[in-house]
Amino acid sequence: MVVTRTEKLPVQASEDVVRVRQAVRRWAVELGFNLVDQTKVVTAASELARNTLTYGGGGTVELENLVEGGRRGLRLTFADQGPGIPDVARALKDGFSTGTGLGLGLGGAKRLSNEFEIRSHPGAGTTVRITRWT
Amino acid sequence: MDRIPILKMGPLLLVSIQVDMHDQLALTLQDDLTDRIVKTRAHGVLIDISSLEVVDSFIGRMLGNIAAISRVLDAETVVVGMRPAVAITLVELGMSLAGVRTALNVERAMEMLQVVTGDGGVTPGEGTDGRHPD
Amino acid sequence: MSPDRTNPIARVLDRHDKDLLAGWLDRQLQSVGMRRDLLDETLLREQSRQFLRLLRDAVATASDDVQDASWAPVREVLGAVSESRARQGFTPTETAMFVFSLKEPLFALLRQDLGADARALAEEMAKATELLDRLGLYTTEVYQKSREDVIVRQQQEMLELSTPVVQLWEGVLGLPLIGTLDSARTQVVMESLLQRIVDTGARIAIIDITGVPTVDTLVAQHLLKTVAAARLMGADCIISGIRPQIAQTVVHLGLDLTTVVTKATLADAFAVALQRVGLSVLRATAPR
Repeated sequence: MVVTRTEKLPVQASEDVVRVRQAVRRWAVELGFNLVDQTKVVTAASELARNTLTYGGGGTVELENLVEGGRRGLRLTFADQGPGIPDVARALKDGFSTGTGLGLGLGGAKRLSNEFEIRSHPGAGTTVRITRWT
Repeated sequence: MDRIPILKMGPLLLVSIQVDMHDQLALTLQDDLTDRIVKTRAHGVLIDISSLEVVDSFIGRMLGNIAAISRVLDAETVVVGMRPAVAITLVELGMSLAGVRTALNVERAMEMLQVVTGDGGVTPGEGTDGRHPD
Repeated sequence: MSPDRTNPIARVLDRHDKDLLAGWLDRQLQSVGMRRDLLDETLLREQSRQFLRLLRDAVATASDDVQDASWAPVREVLGAVSESRARQGFTPTETAMFVFSLKEPLFALLRQDLGADARALAEEMAKATELLDRLGLYTTEVYQKSREDVIVRQQQEMLELSTPVVQLWEGVLGLPLIGTLDSARTQVVMESLLQRIVDTGARIAIIDITGVPTVDTLVAQHLLKTVAAARLMGADCIISGIRPQIAQTVVHLGLDLTTVVTKATLADAFAVALQRVGLSVLRATAPR
């Protein structure tokens, strides 16, 4: 698997969340995603960017174009140095039932992506990585 | 643009969201609408989202809030023109916006609202608010 | 980056380009299994010439890693050749032969240039082998992906054919589902249904599941997602064709379908739909 293009954007203010959506949309269009897949990855990015800002105290997102075999992918890595999530499993589950706050964002982003990874420890910040393949 | 314009059409308020909103703009809209409903004693609110390419959980919650708040203020809200890709994504995200009435276009929405607000209208409007019709 | 003139392979590609092209084309056209029936000689000549030119540029100036950006033009040509061969029905081997048949003519010319220096010759032949092997494998990967794409497209077409959305009346759509409802199918169903709602301005969609063999928790979830998506666009759904077994399974599994209107038959659902859009059916006044 090869990374053919990469860019890092700040997620420090609420305008940044909009910029991230627009950047992800541009990259998704260039990669040739269909409209529904574009919408899914942009929406997932919006959720995670907001989490990074609101719960992580601000951070960054790295966008990457992936090539593996013949397929292309868009990978997004959101990172912050915030308080971390104490119970990740619950945060992923809660989102589905309660539909409020942090949970829906994480669980939602996971459902909207092909691949989802999260590393988070209290006091050590949070990193969430999602990938969408064509 | 720092505010989304709200138009008054008789007993109805019409909002057309045409920009990619950052969170603060959405919250301001919620506040402005609430004020205007009270000030104009509106009977109905029509939110046109046919230009929105992305509706994430934050915007989704805002729409739900506006619907609930307006109902408390004796006005009905109809969300109009959701795009197919957005509808599919929102459902995958886990939001069904039950409790929010929806319509395919502005004409339909006005028919729905007029009947609700109409003077002694006889036939019940074709409401779609997610409740099991009796 | 200026071309590396000390690179023997690059020199061969540069100085002996005409001989190399001729030798290579000869080899390709002769090789066992060469599909003369499918292959257009003029096209092959052009593809080969282009590939050699880009290969020469890449070998002289680029890195060792054929997957990185500097090898992109070469990969593009190989990708195009592989994709077209995959579409035409060549086997993976026949496709890879495009690259592998370059070995012999290239080695012959390397021998000519480096003949005296046995060690250098061995080294360069090893490098050339490794390079062409990697490029040959790349064609196989692209080939496989192309074949997969064809299959996926055919599956998609079959799915679309098996989920036709029909307009039963003005404002009323019908969606007879036949066969199992998995997540891939649900995606297609949702997309076609929602697009038809936009196209026809429908207010009601009747989803008939008479042809769906079993309804378990997953299938119910897929149905509910479809209903929810349609509702977000202002259209209500009625689910019809609930066989007695399905009704029992629904209750047995504790599935919550209370947010959805359900009817046993399509006919019942249609009657309800007409009522909802404010229509009724009257008998013609002069029956014959």
